[in-house]
Amino acid sequence: MTSQTKRMEVTLESIIDSVDLAEDITVRIAAAAGFGDEDRHRIGMSVREGVINAVTYGNRQSREKKVFLTLEMNHQRFVIHILDQGEGFSLADVPDPLADENLLKSSGRGILLMRAFMDEFDVVRGAAGGAEVVMAKRLPAAG
Amino acid sequence: MSFKATAREINGITVVDVSGRITLGEGSAMLRQMVRDMLNQGQSKIILNLGEVTYIDSSGIGELVSGFTTVKNHGGELKLLNLTKKVHDLLQITKLYTVFDVHNDEASALGSFRG
Repeated sequence: MTSQTKRMEVTLESIIDSVDLAEDITVRIAAAAGFGDEDRHRIGMSVREGVINAVTYGNRQSREKKVFLTLEMNHQRFVIHILDQGEGFSLADVPDPLADENLLKSSGRGILLMRAFMDEFDVVRGAAGGAEVVMAKRLPAAG
Repeated sequence: MSFKATAREINGITVVDVSGRITLGEGSAMLRQMVRDMLNQGQSKIILNLGEVTYIDSSGIGELVSGFTTVKNHGGELKLLNLTKKVHDLLQITKLYTVFDVHNDEASALGSFRG
């Protein structure tokens, strides 16, 4: 077993079509790494939700702004970074979609799903600004 | 598989057989328009049969919620039928499973409407 990290970087336009593209790339890599159907679905949907947020809320679909998707694989974890060029946000400021007053809202569940589907999840401020979602899933063989 | 919806009417209740994806940029907007059209035609007792739905994201869940509240505000009811495991799990995670009236067979769903 090697400790080498394999890394792929994809620059995405801030358009809705980028969502399917990002999910498709991620699911293919997850499959190659040995993740089963259920995990592939969860990882793919997490990337989907992260890119939706980056495109619509972070970059507000601006043609001048990009979304940077980075996929890193080592022998233990599949780590995913989704960085936008928006104003950034704090997780503490995100309304809880499970609160009674928010339960029937038509949006605001993306972060909940990413948290539920991945082993690790956080949002940090990007080095040059923007919001950076960082999430990870343990590889099947890593237990 | 892309979004597809076919409506049929049984005793004044509209059953919509939905298949494919309900996601941002694909089925979500179509589902929203479909519910609006049904309400405009006076159809406010609606069952969404989701048995052939292959994928739903947070946008699709949002449309289900939006449809539920819109129909309710029009004095009607929107119920869900035949959830796949993936959709069931999503409704559990989002605590919406207890909000929707969910049925596993059509007869039960049809019989659950008042009046």
